Amino acid sequence: MSERQRVDHQLTATTTSSGGGDGQLRRALSALRHDPLALTGSAVLALLVVVGLAGSWLAPSGVNDVDVDRMLQPPSWSHPFGTDELGRDVLSRVLVAARVSLQVGLVSVGIALVVGVTLGLFAGYYRGWLDNVLMRCMDVLFAFPVLLLAVAIVAVLGPGLTTAMIAIGVVYTPIFARVTRAGVLSVREQVFVRAAVSIGASDLRIMRRHVLPNIAAPLIVQTSLSLAFAILSEAALSFLGLGVQPPAPAWGRMLYDGRGFVTEAWWLGVFPGAAIFLTVLAFNLVGDALRDVLDPRQLTVSEARRNS
Amino acid sequence: MSDRAVLAVEDLTVTIGTRRGPARAVAGVDWSVRAGETLALVGESGSGKSMSVLAATGLAPRSARVTGRVHLLGTELTGLPGEDRRRMRGRHVGFVFQDPMTSLNPVLTVGRQVTEAGEEHLGLTRRAARARAVELLDLVGIPSPAERVDAYPHQFSGGMRQRVVIAMALACEPDLLIADEPTTALDVTTQAQIVELVADLQRRLGTAVVWITHDLGVVAGIADTVAVMYAGRILEQGPVDAVFTNPSHPYTTALLAARPDPDGGGDELVTIQGSPPSPLDLPAGCAFWPRCPVRGAARCEHELPPLVPVAADHHVRTFYPHHTDGGVPT
Repeated sequence: MSERQRVDHQLTATTTSSGGGDGQLRRALSALRHDPLALTGSAVLALLVVVGLAGSWLAPSGVNDVDVDRMLQPPSWSHPFGTDELGRDVLSRVLVAARVSLQVGLVSVGIALVVGVTLGLFAGYYRGWLDNVLMRCMDVLFAFPVLLLAVAIVAVLGPGLTTAMIAIGVVYTPIFARVTRAGVLSVREQVFVRAAVSIGASDLRIMRRHVLPNIAAPLIVQTSLSLAFAILSEAALSFLGLGVQPPAPAWGRMLYDGRGFVTEAWWLGVFPGAAIFLTVLAFNLVGDALRDVLDPRQLTVSEARRNS
Repeated sequence: MSDRAVLAVEDLTVTIGTRRGPARAVAGVDWSVRAGETLALVGESGSGKSMSVLAATGLAPRSARVTGRVHLLGTELTGLPGEDRRRMRGRHVGFVFQDPMTSLNPVLTVGRQVTEAGEEHLGLTRRAARARAVELLDLVGIPSPAERVDAYPHQFSGGMRQRVVIAMALACEPDLLIADEPTTALDVTTQAQIVELVADLQRRLGTAVVWITHDLGVVAGIADTVAVMYAGRILEQGPVDAVFTNPSHPYTTALLAARPDPDGGGDELVTIQGSPPSPLDLPAGCAFWPRCPVRGAARCEHELPPLVPVAADHHVRTFYPHHTDGGVPT
């Protein structure tokens, strides 16, 4: 091995030793605990999960309890978020819709994560024609605006909750594939991967045991940020009538329905809109904080910012 | 080649396709190593010492074209399909790489890494693997192995990590241990400990060792036979005592002279003028000719000297053996 290669290896050694290991996770968690923004974000997320799980119990009335006599009531003690044009309680609908948003977010990002990471892993590990074919396909998907692609997929498969999840999953797959491939490309050149090859470990084993754990940090960050975007996309699809179908409540759909009453009944749009806003903000805060603590290069930037 | 050879390489040639044409990294190399024996491959960076071993065990880069015959425990490796070769390598050969800082996975405990080969090739259960890991860490002299087995690589010093890497290499009780400059990245006291450790393990386990190095001191200490490589060819090969006491190639002589002499002598280090030829553009004759202190007739420039015996098992590739101190022979 030449002198230069050795220096390169030592350089990568310093970056990986600060970028891997359980010490890293512990440090990340303690750093998160001292970051007020991350704490706020986590608290909102925790609240959201509770609402998502227990929304229908927490809701003061049924989501489709129509009471035309009490339609378009402004917020009051009996209806804190007011009522809509059919007299349904907006608070109950916002609470129950949290579940759908979370579900779509988790399932679609889950699809994107599994498919994208698998493709990126194989492309980055084997390189060659497989890499070319897979990544060019990903580039094609990347080339479409996110929402346009999602709308196109829903148009082909027909509107509905499942389709929305698949569509959003497909749309976010290329990002995961790219992030994964980039990580794999650097990790596969590490000596410990060569060492694993030398002891006769199979390719699958090397990918699972040696490569994947070493690229977990960027994937965790990408996942939390993608959750925010997936929920936003779901709201957009619902707004266009391509997501959850009425009468089931969804935040995006509620925005759409409230659109016609903006001047008379502001609460129809503001409360579901605020729910979307808070959810996306919370995911972003947590995602940014995770990126700061898990990515050594970003760490120096954020530390410099804090110190200045 | 003896039937008892653990690894025997015959006429091994490695050509690597590069953007600027084929580079001949190894050209017609023969060597073998028997059980309990240590073969040292010495040479400058790029002399093909690592590449010949990697190619022999099927670890050469994909762009490399490997020809020749390789026998591992009597099995011809070059004709085997990749999967079988992978199994043979994993089961019978252990590797120790140069830099212990990068040859361990930072996110796995050392215990899991040490027994990885065992899980893969011996089908050990997790529990058995753990017990085996403690045993192996103990074998390579890591203190309180039962506690250290769950530690991560960053909690070890460089020397201790190299011990872990050696434990990893020994997990399947290999017949052959390949040590690719295992002491280069370590400080001198640690180097000595690692050399001593490998020598001791070899005595106890009867493993054959191929030790790739450019440290002649290490070679003198542990090797039984030595092969001096230059520009992809072996220039001198033989029992370590014979080569050190009676170096017969000008290159070997120059290498030995270039060692720092602790008993005084000059303040300046002796060097060999010039640098090795590019593997993309090798001379037709002797590759060492441009730097050779002997610089024989035009013959050396255009004609490749054969590997000729100068004593029992002691071969040298030169037209002018023993002409070691300069001057043009007639």
